Amino acid sequence: MADPIIRMENITKHFGNVIALAGVSFDVRPGECHCLLGDNGAGKSTFIKIMSGVLKPSSGEIFFEGKPLSFASPRAAMEAGIATVYQDLAMIPLMSVARNFFMGREPTKGRGLFKRFDAALATEVTTREMRAMGINLRGADQAVGTLSGGERQTVAIARAVHFGAKVLILDEPTSALGVRQTSNVLATIDKVRKQGVGVVFISHNVRHAMAVGDRFTVLNRGRTLGTASRNEITSEELQDMMAGGLELAKLEGSLSGTV
Amino acid sequence: MAVDANNDVDERVKAESFVARLLKRPELGAIAGVILITIFFMLTADASMFTLSGVMNFMSPAAQLGILAIAASMLMIGGEFDLSIGSMVAFAGMIFGGCVVNLGLPLVLAIPTTLAFAALVGAANGQTVIRTGLPSFIVTLALLFILRGLSLVGLKWLTGGSTQLRGIRDAVEGDFLTPFFSGDAFPGLFAWMAANGWVETFSNGSPKVPGIPVEILWFVVLAIAATYVLLRTPAGNWIFAAGGDANAASNSGVPVRKVKIALFMLTATCAALLAIMQVLDAGSTDARRGFQKEFEAIIAAVIGGCLLTGGYGSAIGAFFGAIIFGMVVIGLTYTGIDQDWFQVFLGSMLLLAVIFNNIIRKRVTGER
Repeated sequence: MADPIIRMENITKHFGNVIALAGVSFDVRPGECHCLLGDNGAGKSTFIKIMSGVLKPSSGEIFFEGKPLSFASPRAAMEAGIATVYQDLAMIPLMSVARNFFMGREPTKGRGLFKRFDAALATEVTTREMRAMGINLRGADQAVGTLSGGERQTVAIARAVHFGAKVLILDEPTSALGVRQTSNVLATIDKVRKQGVGVVFISHNVRHAMAVGDRFTVLNRGRTLGTASRNEITSEELQDMMAGGLELAKLEGSLSGTV
Repeated sequence: MAVDANNDVDERVKAESFVARLLKRPELGAIAGVILITIFFMLTADASMFTLSGVMNFMSPAAQLGILAIAASMLMIGGEFDLSIGSMVAFAGMIFGGCVVNLGLPLVLAIPTTLAFAALVGAANGQTVIRTGLPSFIVTLALLFILRGLSLVGLKWLTGGSTQLRGIRDAVEGDFLTPFFSGDAFPGLFAWMAANGWVETFSNGSPKVPGIPVEILWFVVLAIAATYVLLRTPAGNWIFAAGGDANAASNSGVPVRKVKIALFMLTATCAALLAIMQVLDAGSTDARRGFQKEFEAIIAAVIGGCLLTGGYGSAIGAFFGAIIFGMVVIGLTYTGIDQDWFQVFLGSMLLLAVIFNNIIRKRVTGER
């Protein structure tokens, strides 16, 4: 099995006297989808913020491609190849897909005073990359606001991959989507994984995670309850671990097993 | 865009008609407005309005407003307002007058000094907005009063008690830079056309229109430059992004702060440019110069398709918005209509434009 692209060991994070993370270990290998599961408040957000360089851990070690590393800023993490797609997607609805795709990283042609935005190249690349993800745009000049939630998610993912993401962190990409759009996004994750990108898929929906995940790590109250491979665990067990087992068992009794 | 010959075209998407594509251009409203106003004045106004001299007559105020409106439209696309540009005209006029008359500087020093001073105020404006996180509406409203007051106080100090500084024409007499900022361009060309009988002449043979007023040239050049920057440069993309969603833009690596500060510097500098031209033309500067121009510039930008919320609009739209303005303010004098209808017209035009822009925005974003 390939070496992990990023490996995080015994990460802790304290905010004042609140212990958000109490020793979490996690790694991602190229071409796998590693699901990070946890209920609200489990520490998922804090953990990915550390991974993407937004926060610094209170203690613990991060190895990137085998070398110990500490990211000074989100920018540094991005340049190293860790791309994060947050729930707000960093997209501007009034701007075209092509302009959003290259926002902040515009291709140029010409030099000096004549250095200008290469709109033709932007259009071509965007159309090609979106088609590779299975979305046929009406035109790359279509405003992002006209796309569905799932399509927007796909644009954000395609953009991250195009700009050389080695690790792609997806923060609850399916939480606000309908059934059909969710399957599209899951299919996109599968395509990205096959290109050799390590995907970190954050979710609290076990069914979505089971659909694409290769490995699963469950966070509960700032602790990891271990990492399991796909064939080692069932979705019921994951669900139990997320909710802390016992309480959910009680709840399930009254809800007759529908959760 | 290349037409795809592939058969994997989404069957749910109807082919877009040319009209539908046109409807999505932000400047459409302003162009339609120019056409409607032209038809209106062709029917109601004296025929002399659309002769060469008539056109120069309304293009000159249009250009003066347009220089402000184009800068204001770029700032609005970038998501901010600048209500201080009108006062900035008076303030920059005072600085310029002081440089030329009181210090006796040649234009080659006075003009850069004035522009640099304005840019500095613009940068301070931008810094305040960004550092405090307050709406630019309030911050620049404060500056509107501060600059107007400083212009009054400063002019009294420079002139020893008057709010008008005179003697500028004498001070710049013969300066080689004067023709670039005042008077008419291409007089030779117009004299030559008059000699050939192509343009109207006075009885002594000199052309009725001695040349193109320089502000019109500045206006056109500025509109082209602004459009180029907005649509064809990375900086243009950053302006749209900063106005569309500053947070998303900076998460994607757009230098939002720098973009916004640069835009505030641009509006202030354009106000100073207008001040220099007005002061050179009039030969004096006055503390009331540029009064309420900030509102007129914003109205022209909105007629030109800018959204008040930022992230959408066009400089070409502001260009046509300013022309509409000039046509109406001057055009009414060619008709029998009371000129004071102008303000009624202006307000209605603004209201119509805002409603129209809102519809367009919904079309673009596909909101329902």
